[in-house]
Amino acid sequence: MALIVHRLSVRLGTRAILRDVSARFEAGRVTAILGPNGAGKSTLVKAMAALVTASGSVTLDGAAIGDMDPRARARAIGYLPQDAVVHWNMPAREVVALGRLPHRRASVAPSALDAVAIDRAMAATDTATLAMRPVGELSGGERARVLLARVLAGEPRWLLADEPLASLDPAHQIDLLARLQAHAQGGAGVIVVLHDLVQAARAADDVLLLKDGGVLAFGPVATVLTPALLEQAFGVRVAMLDEGGRRLPVPVGRIDR
Amino acid sequence: MKLALLAALVGLSFAGSLMTGKSVVPLSAWFSDDPRWWIILQLRLPRAVLGLALGAVLGLSGAVLQGYLRNPLADPGVVGVSSAAALGAVTAIVAGVATGAGVFAAAIVAAAGAMALLAALTWRSDGTVTFVLAGTVLASLAGALTAFVISVAPNPYAVAEVMDWLMGALTDRGWGDVALAGPPMAAGATLLLLTARSLDALSLGEAAARSLGVDLGRTRGLVVAGTGLAVGAGVAATGVIGFVGLIVPHLLRPVFGARPGALLVPSALGGAVLVLVADALVRLVPGAGEVRLGVAMALIGAPFFLMLLLRSRGEAWR
Repeated sequence: MALIVHRLSVRLGTRAILRDVSARFEAGRVTAILGPNGAGKSTLVKAMAALVTASGSVTLDGAAIGDMDPRARARAIGYLPQDAVVHWNMPAREVVALGRLPHRRASVAPSALDAVAIDRAMAATDTATLAMRPVGELSGGERARVLLARVLAGEPRWLLADEPLASLDPAHQIDLLARLQAHAQGGAGVIVVLHDLVQAARAADDVLLLKDGGVLAFGPVATVLTPALLEQAFGVRVAMLDEGGRRLPVPVGRIDR
Repeated sequence: MKLALLAALVGLSFAGSLMTGKSVVPLSAWFSDDPRWWIILQLRLPRAVLGLALGAVLGLSGAVLQGYLRNPLADPGVVGVSSAAALGAVTAIVAGVATGAGVFAAAIVAAAGAMALLAALTWRSDGTVTFVLAGTVLASLAGALTAFVISVAPNPYAVAEVMDWLMGALTDRGWGDVALAGPPMAAGATLLLLTARSLDALSLGEAAARSLGVDLGRTRGLVVAGTGLAVGAGVAATGVIGFVGLIVPHLLRPVFGARPGALLVPSALGGAVLVLVADALVRLVPGAGEVRLGVAMALIGAPFFLMLLLRSRGEAWR
């Protein structure tokens, strides 16, 4: 079970957003995609969800995702966009139920099977008590959990999340990452764009470090989140903090060039 | 249950529409040889059927447009689709298209064209400002072009007739109008109802909707063709009657929930009730003539629109 990106390039007008990116993502692991602003992190995730046109290939268990039936692809790959929004003030449970759309033909009430998946996703994200609350009235942390539940309800084998921690306080960041880790332990592949080096080092198994649209480094977290590579990628000095068996890189200053 | 209640309301307002008019037809005269039964059968019944169909497609297309554009201020009238349909119909009439079918076709094509243009202009933009501006520009452009076409019309008699029709009414519509407008309205409504699932997905935004397997190209095609057929045929039959699609989904959202797909059928029923009741009320207003239905709806709808705009200002005008 692997999601394989091979020589992926994306151009926007004359600008190359991604150049020749190749990587093999394994199921059952959390992979963090890191890199400075404009490195192409969001574009890479979108390309893996077949949301942007790209040259090169993305294959899921041997099948090119571009050739898959859109609904079959939607059942296999769940995508949580950056700054995820809900345009209508629906009850939280109805928002979560939208994650079941790839499993249904029409806009009908969820089936018993759907209801089981919805309940499970809401239990996993601790949102069951919010079920009847309109999403517009939820706090940022609650809404983030509901939107994660929306993706989980589709029971995707792969979960792509684009900066799900943005606008969350530290407690909710740790909380949300723990839920992503739990999803990976259940056998799914989790690929998550992050900005916070410390959270990435805490939660990820693997790290893909992007810079200027290309892969700077890719591998187990300990081999990628090193002072030398982070300096090269972000232009910052990092101090390494030992915490519970993990080495956490803390940015402490800019490197003058 | 709620839906059954709404359907019952449609039935009631339909019956009410049949019983309302300048002349009183006692129930004893119904289904008899009484010449007054003829009034019901040949005047009020086609008028009520057309009102029902028009209200249904206007309510439905308003709900679909709001879901598709993710904007609670959308309505075929507000965004200029109705004005474009009127432009198409007026152009065909002034150009001397003699057949009703030709006028209908022109209105349908113009409405679909305006919808396609609006979809292109406002796509990828969730802002209320872009959207209202694009709609306003479309509506005033269509209005100006209509005025232009009328002013260059060679026949003054036709001009008076067109101006009268433009105000929008169900007055004196017969079975012929029903036969012409019915099929395209039904076809358009069917296409619009097929968008329900995509509209649900679009509440999460464009990217998330696509990641849920929704084909947005197909959705746009359905919305453009559906509003074109339904609203185009409606306008060709009755002139411009605005604000129905704006008001109805708003009133029903607290009852049926905010999920766009769940609002489509209720909005169709609610639109039918609104138009049937309004059309009965304009007949009851004393005076020699009738208040035009289009005028009455605008008098109710414009302040309603203003209220919505003011209420949404806090969140949308950033």
